[in-house]
Amino acid sequence: MTKIISGDEISKSINNALNDAVLYSDETAAWVSLEKIHEVCEILKNPDGLDYSFLTAISAVDYIEYFEIVYHLSSLRNNQSCVIKVKCNGRENPSIDSVTDIWQSADLQEREIWDLMGIEFKNHPNLKRILLWEGFDGHPLRKDFIG
Amino acid sequence: MTPTPAFFISFYTLRDLFDNLIQSLGFGASFGWMAGLLAGISISFLIINVMVMSTAFYTWFERRMIGRFQVRRGPNRNGPFGILQPFADVLKLIMKEDTIPDAADKPVFTLAPIALLAPTLMIMIVIPFGTYASDQAFLSNLNIGILFIVGVTSVNSIAIFMAGWGSRNKYAILGSMRGAAMLISYEIPMALGITSVLLLSGSLAMTQIVQSQSIWFILVMPMGFFVFMAASTAEMSRTPFDQIEAESELGSGYNTEYSGIKFAVLFLAEFMAPIVTAAVVTTLFLGGSQGFDFLPGGIWFAIKMFVLIFLLLWVRSTWPRLRIDQIMGFAWKILFGLGLFNIFLVAVEFMVAVELGHTKDDGSLTTEYMLIMAAVNWMVTIIAFVILANFVGKKKYHRPEPTASPLANMGIGGD
Amino acid sequence: MSTIRTEPVTINLGPQHPSTHGVFRLRVTFDGEEIIDVEPVFGYLHRGTEKLAESRNYVQIVTLTDRMDYVASMSNNLAYVRTVEKLADIDVPERAQYIRVISVELQRIASHLMATGFLLNDLGALATPLVYCFRERERILDLFEMLCGARITLSYMRPGGVFQDAPADFWNSLNVLISDFPNYLDELESLITTNEIVLARTIGVGLLSDTQAVDSGVSGPVLRAASVKWDLRKANPYEIYDRVNFDIPIGNSGDTYDRYYVRLQEMRESIKIISQCIEQIEPGPVRTETPFFIRPPVGETYSSVEGPKGELGFYMVSDGGISPYRCKVRAPSFINLTPLKDMLTGWKMGDLIIILGSIDIVLGEVDR
Repeated sequence: MTKIISGDEISKSINNALNDAVLYSDETAAWVSLEKIHEVCEILKNPDGLDYSFLTAISAVDYIEYFEIVYHLSSLRNNQSCVIKVKCNGRENPSIDSVTDIWQSADLQEREIWDLMGIEFKNHPNLKRILLWEGFDGHPLRKDFIG
Repeated sequence: MTPTPAFFISFYTLRDLFDNLIQSLGFGASFGWMAGLLAGISISFLIINVMVMSTAFYTWFERRMIGRFQVRRGPNRNGPFGILQPFADVLKLIMKEDTIPDAADKPVFTLAPIALLAPTLMIMIVIPFGTYASDQAFLSNLNIGILFIVGVTSVNSIAIFMAGWGSRNKYAILGSMRGAAMLISYEIPMALGITSVLLLSGSLAMTQIVQSQSIWFILVMPMGFFVFMAASTAEMSRTPFDQIEAESELGSGYNTEYSGIKFAVLFLAEFMAPIVTAAVVTTLFLGGSQGFDFLPGGIWFAIKMFVLIFLLLWVRSTWPRLRIDQIMGFAWKILFGLGLFNIFLVAVEFMVAVELGHTKDDGSLTTEYMLIMAAVNWMVTIIAFVILANFVGKKKYHRPEPTASPLANMGIGGD
Repeated sequence: MSTIRTEPVTINLGPQHPSTHGVFRLRVTFDGEEIIDVEPVFGYLHRGTEKLAESRNYVQIVTLTDRMDYVASMSNNLAYVRTVEKLADIDVPERAQYIRVISVELQRIASHLMATGFLLNDLGALATPLVYCFRERERILDLFEMLCGARITLSYMRPGGVFQDAPADFWNSLNVLISDFPNYLDELESLITTNEIVLARTIGVGLLSDTQAVDSGVSGPVLRAASVKWDLRKANPYEIYDRVNFDIPIGNSGDTYDRYYVRLQEMRESIKIISQCIEQIEPGPVRTETPFFIRPPVGETYSSVEGPKGELGFYMVSDGGISPYRCKVRAPSFINLTPLKDMLTGWKMGDLIIILGSIDIVLGEVDR
């Protein structure tokens, strides 16, 4: 069975390497500060350390007050998985650092989130709409989208 | 030239017929050209109709057979066993709108189907269908028959390039660029295959080639047969060499933009090619109309053609397509070499025969010597193929047992 | 030869193209026949499944999942209902779990048959292997018809079990199928596996190294062909996969041939799993009673299964209502397209088609 690493446990490991990166954590996930997500992901990916080599999924959830970006990570070598979350405030131009340079897997998924949820990923090499056409008005997965 | 009443009508019989007719109408001998013209027109009329009809039935046959290969029925609705399917298809194509793209080069676009169909039909002129008698070619017993065929087939590559260029379509131009490269390359092994036949027959005339085959040339030089068959399969662009159309890559290749009657003509030319190729191969390698006496030679010719067509069809329905660079490599690295080697072999054997006096009065080889040649050449061919298969095939495709990458480990895990 | 000036040509492959497996478009820049740049363009089949799910109740969403990977609806159903069960804490009877595994493995075979057939079609084999594959797939679809009356969009599974128990005829037909199937696979292999042209076209083409495979998040046969032994059925056994024995076939180098061959071997393993399930299955209920409107507690969960195309996951957030607050799909076909550009660059036009074919995408799932 895949070992599910709790948020508390993963936050401890992250804090060892990078202080103040994790805002808070609970059983399910660790909430990482928006500014440090790229550094945290580098630590998580590090093959000699935590070795989360496989970015399973990036999801974005619209909680009206804020957006939550959820990173589901797996370590194929240790058969573990963990969940990292980032809160992204502001409805006008929410933005977050791209992790495409860490996991290539993030490429299309971040484009999808930009397309459907309207969260901008800074330093993404090719941040364009992916499922909808250029010039589409709005981001349909937002709760306030009227289609 | 004496007229020969036989299974098929020849140009000369018809010409004499018209000649008599014209003279009985009171025209002088100076109107002899008119008889030739009339005979030519009637023969062309006959050829075009016979070929178009046989192509129609051939498409039906091919679709039925491929249906069988693919565990399905094939067309079976129109007429008994669906035999009227090609007519329904052609009717549909004629009734469709004949579109020409705005950006197309209109004269080139329009001429391309004709340029593709005409050479294919012209080849049939020199094919001797009839029995042993010498001059029963359809239109003419050209004394450069085989050279005529080689010359006429090269028009194909121009026609295909015209179709692609005229369409002003990227898929079409890609297909026709491939076509130009491929058709020109494969003409060389094809010519080499023919050359080896010429060495033994000592004549360019098709009837002479048939007559010299006291042993069929497929037995005497199997390698030449293989080279010629492979090259002509590529020449008519069928799988495994169908780069020109490559429907899974290029949509439909050079004929992407064609519709209506123009497409019907392209389609006709494309499906006529196997029939024509089978006729040429039968003449060159399978002893033409030779056979046992209980059936007329024409029937034997048809049977041999049928077997060859079936062979081509079998290949088409089972093999995937090669990539363009592999196809070019196959032409230049393998077929070219085999063709040259075959010529060398046959030439040496021919010189030995001359030295040892195994020739007949007219310079051709004796049947006994041809049998010896057959035995030697078959052995050489088999050895050559085995060596080639081992060089090109197995060694390269040996695959080690897979070892799992260290990047994943499903064994470790928590609870 | 600097005297000849050449310029690259950009070709739009698709959205209407015989080999893009749906309405998929590749903007390819060619230098002659060689690919120098690729840009996938998709979304032509985007139906907003994730948005639609937010306004449907938990049982209705099952039908939406059918239409994602429409050649493997069973797997989609399973991935979805497992997530709902995890979210709402619903137990599943053992018999239902067995039936689910049997139907999912049948679906895997059907999907792999389709992938193999179309790969060969892309190779230019004039549909002959395709029709042979479809002949067997047809029998599997007949079995599905017995199970639930549908053949493609099945909606067979429900949170808490399956829609109904398999009829008695089903087991006979299934036994016949699994006894025939190894022979059939041998027949298919004799047509393809050692075919010189197939080997020449596929071996060494479209290489995907193991590091890049993991990095770019591909999963399923594409990942395993790159010699990464990772299969959720073994790594994180769900349903009753821990009670059956099967191997995880892997490839050597991650080329097109490996991807084909891994699929072929997986079909054999699926047959093994099914026959073990038939031995182990016992009578019993097939569905736990669930309320018509399932109201899972507030919370969220991610759960995934090993679908035919790869890891198919659902991330669902519940706000306690009758429909999910957010239903995100981790679509394997979509993420498997990530390394496409690196895999295609430098190869030729003919290779493009077979590399794309060997990744085995379904546009319903890519675009959702």
